[in-house]
This record gives sequence, structure tokens and C-alpha cells, in this order.
Amino acid sequence: METKISVKSLNLHYGEFHALKNISIDIPENSVMALIGPSGCGKSTFLKALNRMDDLVPNVKIEGTVLLDGKNIYSPETDVTLLRKRVGMVFQRPNPFPMSIYDNIAYGPRIHGVKSHRQLDETVESSLCGAALWDEVKDRLHKNAIGLSGGQQQRLCIARALAIKPEVLLMDEPTSALDPISTMKVEELIGTLKKKYTIVIVTHNMQQAARISENTAFFLHGEIVEYGETGQLFSMPKEKKTEAYITGRFG
Amino acid sequence: MSSKSARSEFDRELEGLHLDLIRLGGMIEEAIDNSITALVRRDKKLAQNVVDNDRRIDNLDHAIEAKCLSILLRQQPVAQDLRAVSTALKMVTDMERIGDHAADIADISLRFDGSPFIKKLEHIPLMARIASSMVKEGITAFVKSDVESSRETIRRDDEVDSLFETIKQEIIAILTQRPAVADQAVDLLMIAKYIERIGDHAVNICGWVIFFVTGEHKDKKII
Repeated sequence: METKISVKSLNLHYGEFHALKNISIDIPENSVMALIGPSGCGKSTFLKALNRMDDLVPNVKIEGTVLLDGKNIYSPETDVTLLRKRVGMVFQRPNPFPMSIYDNIAYGPRIHGVKSHRQLDETVESSLCGAALWDEVKDRLHKNAIGLSGGQQQRLCIARALAIKPEVLLMDEPTSALDPISTMKVEELIGTLKKKYTIVIVTHNMQQAARISENTAFFLHGEIVEYGETGQLFSMPKEKKTEAYITGRFG
Repeated sequence: MSSKSARSEFDRELEGLHLDLIRLGGMIEEAIDNSITALVRRDKKLAQNVVDNDRRIDNLDHAIEAKCLSILLRQQPVAQDLRAVSTALKMVTDMERIGDHAADIADISLRFDGSPFIKKLEHIPLMARIASSMVKEGITAFVKSDVESSRETIRRDDEVDSLFETIKQEIIAILTQRPAVADQAVDLLMIAKYIERIGDHAVNICGWVIFFVTGEHKDKKII
């Protein structure tokens, strides 16, 4: 499997706080990489570092390289807007814009210059289909997205991310605010999406990581303690700290 | 990092499972020893005791299975915890079978009439002693997570198999010379076969102990 993202010696400081310590990891293309670890261990910070969302934080200092298809996203010539188009993000709480379902999806393509109605219609339909939401909303595309259920809103956010045709999807606990049925739908969706996209997902749900990911990385105090094939990590972890964390005997 | 604080209830459940397996181990060792003593001493009361006690073994087996399934359902264990529970599930099946074989042996003793043994019983008690100690060693290896001693016990099964072969040859010889005692000869051969099977189940138990520690079963990674 090809490497989509290759992180080398990544260090990130928020002021005095050393949030990511010498992280090196390869993320394979068309697969799901789960990031697990206790709160505050750096996994969300790491996720944001993959599309330079951390840039926005004051006093942040980032060293090392993050290669996307072999090109360092932290090099001065990187177009950050284009980077975020290629590396989309879905957050913990569904955050639809207070506008129609259609406009939520069309928002990104419009910003990137798409004006043709036909093209926008196509993008809206294909993105909603891609996020397994089309059948549920096709008759109310012009209703406000805020009226959707939590699970539908989260799939809408995934559709919105898909609309700008990303290559990588970063997901920060995308199901933590969802009920079990919506969670299963999003998990199923992730299973389908990985055929086209590379997915990196932060999750606090160990079973979810075991169910949906090919590879898992365990973060602790800003370091990667262990990473590898998910089945291996959950059955015979190499590190005692990993064993203690995944079996719930930590701290 | 304290390793016991976060899941003390779960740890207590696993500890309970451990103790149940040790208790079941004690019961089946006793069943094997008593079934052979009853045979050699022609003690029908003791033989009946072994047959009756098999129900207690079955009950504990079912209780352990129920505990394992409940832990899988409620705790969704991973890593070593998952191996502990799946090992227990596999081990109890072998232990229950050992109990059955001891009861089968006792059952044959109960059917014997008063006629003298067709030969001096030497190899059968010896074979049973080895098989019984293999079971004991298997359970101890589980308690101590001892891979090396499990491997040692697995190797000892060769002694049991070779004794079975010896007994079989003896019985064939007796059958050829004295067809009139065929009934008892066949019964003794069956007893030897039951003991040989007990050895095999002890080997299985040791195989699961190795899996519990290493994640490998018969040198193959199965999880």
C-alpha cells in the first residue's frame, strides 16, 4: 500500500508546552488510521497538524515535516487553502451552517469558483450519496440543515467535506455525539469512503477503532507509544503502556 | 501508572474465573484418581461416587461458560483480557471431557462382575497417574502462565501413548489365547483408551495455556 502521508520528526509547541514530541509515522493510502489515547495526549493536535489547522493557534511552533504525496505541507510555497481542500476535516460535533442542505454542500465548491448550476447540482447529489444521506434528504434539499437529526447533520458535514473532492479526510471523534444507530451508519460510511480516500480518525471508542481501522496509533503525553496493524495492536500490543490503556487499566 | 485501579470490578471477575478453573481442575483430578482407585480396589461405592460427581463437574463447567460469555458481552475485553476469557472457554471444554472420561471409566468398573482380573493391573494405573499429573501440570501452568512447563507436559503425552500401545498389544495377546475373557479384555482396552484421551485433553489444555501467554496456538498466530 502506498504511503499517503509521511510524518517525520514532528515537534509542536504551544508556547512552553511541548504538545507533540518527535512524531514519525506513515499513513497508508486508502485505509483508515485510528488515533487513540487519553484526553490531552496530543492526538487531536496531531490530526490538526495534518492540514495545518494548528497554524491558527497563537504561539504555536512546529518543526519537522509532514509529506503529503511526498511534498512537505509546511514548506513556504504550500497554498494552505488548497491543502485544506485536499485534506478535509470533520469535527466532533456536527456543525452545519445555518442555511439549506443544498447550500451547505454547495458552499465549498462555490468558494472554489464553481458557478454552474448543473455542476453544483451534480456535486450536491454525489456528495450526499457519498455520505449515505441522499435518500433521506433528496426531497428537502432547500430546507434548513439545522432541522436534521444529529446523525444526519454529521453525515451532512461529511458530505460537505466530500463536496470539495478531498484526498484525505480527518475526523475528530465524529460519532461521539451520535446515538448507536447513527454511529453505525457513519462507521459503515467510513468503510465505504476508505476505498476512495485516506482517513485518519481520532476516537475514544476502542471498539470503534478495532472495528473500522486498518492501523492504529496510540498516543500518550505527546508521543506515539506504539502504532501498527489494528488487529495486532488490540490482541498482542508490544508495549505495556498500550496494553494498560486498551484494557482500561490506565491511571 | 497504577495497573489495577481503573477496572477493579473486571479484575475481580477475571480472578473469580481463574479460581473457578482451579476448582474445576481439582475436581477432575480427583475424578481420574478415584476412577482408577475404584477400578483397582473394585470399590463400587467409590465408582458410583465418581459417576454422581460428574454432574457437579458439568454444572461448574456451565457456570464458567456463562461467566465467560457474560464477560465478553459486558466487558468486551481485548489483548490479554480477551485471551484470558477465550482460554478459559476453550479449557473448560477439555476439562469437562476429562470429567466425562473419568465417569466412563467408573461406569465400566460398576459393570464388572466379581471375576478376577485377566491380568495384573500395572500399566493402566501407571498410565492414569501420568495422565492425571499432566492435567494437574496443565492447570498449574495456567495459574502460573508457564509456557515452558506447558511444552514439557505436552511432550509427556508420548509416555501415555506408548503405554496405551503396550496395553493394546497385551490385550491382543490375551484375546488370541483366551477368547472366553473377551468381554473384560475389551473393557480394559476401553479404559486404557479413555485414559489416553485424558492425556490428549491435557495436551489441549497446555496448548491453550501457551496461547494465553503468547497469542499463538500450535505455533500459529490465531488472533
